[in-house]
Amino acid sequence: MGKTECGCAPNSLSEFVGKDIATRDAYGMALVELGKKYPNIVVLDADLSCSTKTALFAKNFPERFFNMGISEQDMMGTAAGLALTGKIPFASTFAIFATGRAWEQVRQTICYSNANVKIVATHGGITVGEDGATHQALEDVALMRVIPTMTVIVPADAYETVQCINTAVDYYGPMYIRLGRSKVPSVLPAEYKFHIGKAYIFNLGKDVNIIANGIMVAEALKAAEVLNKEGISTGVANFSSVKPLDEEALLHIAKNSKLIVTTEEHSVIGGLGSAVAEFVSENHPVKVKRIGVNDTFGCSGTWKELIKFYGLTAENIINTVKNSLK
Amino acid sequence: MADIAFLNEMAKTLRIEILKMLTKAGSGHTGGSLSAADIVAALYFYKMKHDPKNPKWEERDRFILSKGHAAPVLYTVLSLTGYFDKSLLNTLRQLNSPLQGHPCCKSLPGIEVSTGSLGQGLSVANGMALGLKLDGIPSRVYCLLGDGEIQEGQVWEAAMTASHYKLDNLCAIIDNNDLQIDGYCSEVMNIYPIDEKFRAFGWNVFKIDGHKMEEIIYALDEAEKIKGKPTLILAKTIKGKGVSIFEGKAKYHGIAPTEEELEIAIKELKNGKN
Ligand SMILES: Cc1ncc(C[n+]2csc(CCOP(=O)(O)OP(=O)(O)O)c2C)c(N)n1
Ligand SMILES: [Mg+2]
Repeated sequence: MGKTECGCAPNSLSEFVGKDIATRDAYGMALVELGKKYPNIVVLDADLSCSTKTALFAKNFPERFFNMGISEQDMMGTAAGLALTGKIPFASTFAIFATGRAWEQVRQTICYSNANVKIVATHGGITVGEDGATHQALEDVALMRVIPTMTVIVPADAYETVQCINTAVDYYGPMYIRLGRSKVPSVLPAEYKFHIGKAYIFNLGKDVNIIANGIMVAEALKAAEVLNKEGISTGVANFSSVKPLDEEALLHIAKNSKLIVTTEEHSVIGGLGSAVAEFVSENHPVKVKRIGVNDTFGCSGTWKELIKFYGLTAENIINTVKNSLK
Repeated sequence: MADIAFLNEMAKTLRIEILKMLTKAGSGHTGGSLSAADIVAALYFYKMKHDPKNPKWEERDRFILSKGHAAPVLYTVLSLTGYFDKSLLNTLRQLNSPLQGHPCCKSLPGIEVSTGSLGQGLSVANGMALGLKLDGIPSRVYCLLGDGEIQEGQVWEAAMTASHYKLDNLCAIIDNNDLQIDGYCSEVMNIYPIDEKFRAFGWNVFKIDGHKMEEIIYALDEAEKIKGKPTLILAKTIKGKGVSIFEGKAKYHGIAPTEEELEIAIKELKNGKN
């Protein structure tokens, strides 16, 4: 295993602080900056470069960009081959196709060989919107988390995404980075520094702590504000690193909580909620409530309608906390 | 005998309804729905045995839209043939609508299998063709694929299966509009020659103009006479066919027309020869 720390923040990193932009847009921009610095970065895509934003890299470095066509399995195998010749491949497509269609290539060829492939998938979760269930990955984190050697990151905002992509270059080993389609509010402060396997605790609650990642961090912060005002001491932690999980931080949180609520834009099965529940029940049992999509497929709708429809909102977090404390 | 004028008229109606529903939805796949309209009209209004009042009729011919993003062409033809009320077309891609962004067989009658993840339909078509043979039912299975879609490896696994099991009750159709999302198929990931590849895999292949109704009808009829192997109809098409502002443009793969574009498009279609 290689280093886990980012040593290559581009000058423009600060440009992402406080900006409401989609994590996929941040990825596209970050890749171009990294491409300038690292001649051994190569990028692969499967006919979705406009959507995943790898097109930006493709325009700047056409000789290091490989469009594989609509063939995700082939793309993952090719990325492994490039990695095994010393390149740092970033392979991108929608989350469902990266982790679903190509799962076994990722397991057998990339992970079992410890090939240094960075799978950066966009369109994770239901905020894909109108395309519906076939394009909404609600199982991807579970599918990646279960594979040995895989690192799984779900960034909360554009600023964290850029840092995460930078870190990926320095870290040796397979990584899955899950990004979204829609704009997300900025949540992390300027002094924030991303580290693989490190959680960021915004504040620690005495009653309740909400453990979130991705778009749900913003909702968790909104919910905590309301709950704190109502006298329920509520903390929020960003667990963008689903694997490795920050066990030290989690133990600390568990020891200080009457209730832990997890929330993620993913099935309640197998993702962050499961990872937290597994660790907490074995090490410091405290009540855990998981908020996510409840073992069902997604559907069509605007992303704003869908987050309400599936209860991925501050409101639902607040209600869940109140009901669980009764 | 096929009534060519009627079928052309139906194809035009399909195109108009496709554009209206996409505009209303504000998102969706315009280009690939339009390129397939003539083929789909020929199948549903001429070739296929099917009963909109009894969508599960055992002896029906099956149609699988492997390129599921072209859902609007399927929804439109299903509503025009009477599977469900036309007013539903206005709900495309909306929350709680049975007209999901990609076809869902659990929510709408007439959809044989849910599709939208490319490359999977031909395998399902093979399974249906095998199942029908096992039951001694003389129905046929039609499967429509995108040309970019055939970059998926599973398509070639299925191509092997179809000829291995001599599925002469299966007819695949490739909507060869030469575009995928990132550009021309030959430039993104070359797929040509398609006909020689399929022939090498043991298929009978007809190459036609996918916008000439006579040729579509001829190929569908002749395919039925070919025994001992599956048939591919390789249909040369134009993405966005029928509306000049959309024709041959990769950009209109996945965006819906604006109100203004819709108006121009309908005018052009109504005045057009086709
Ligand atoms: C497995 C999979 N990968 C990627 C996509 C995203 N996608 C939707 S349509 C499309 C391009 C399809 O091109 P083509 O098959 O030529 O269809 P057409 O031109 O007829 O619209 C892609 C890549 C998908 N739906 N499924
Ligand atoms: Mg095409």
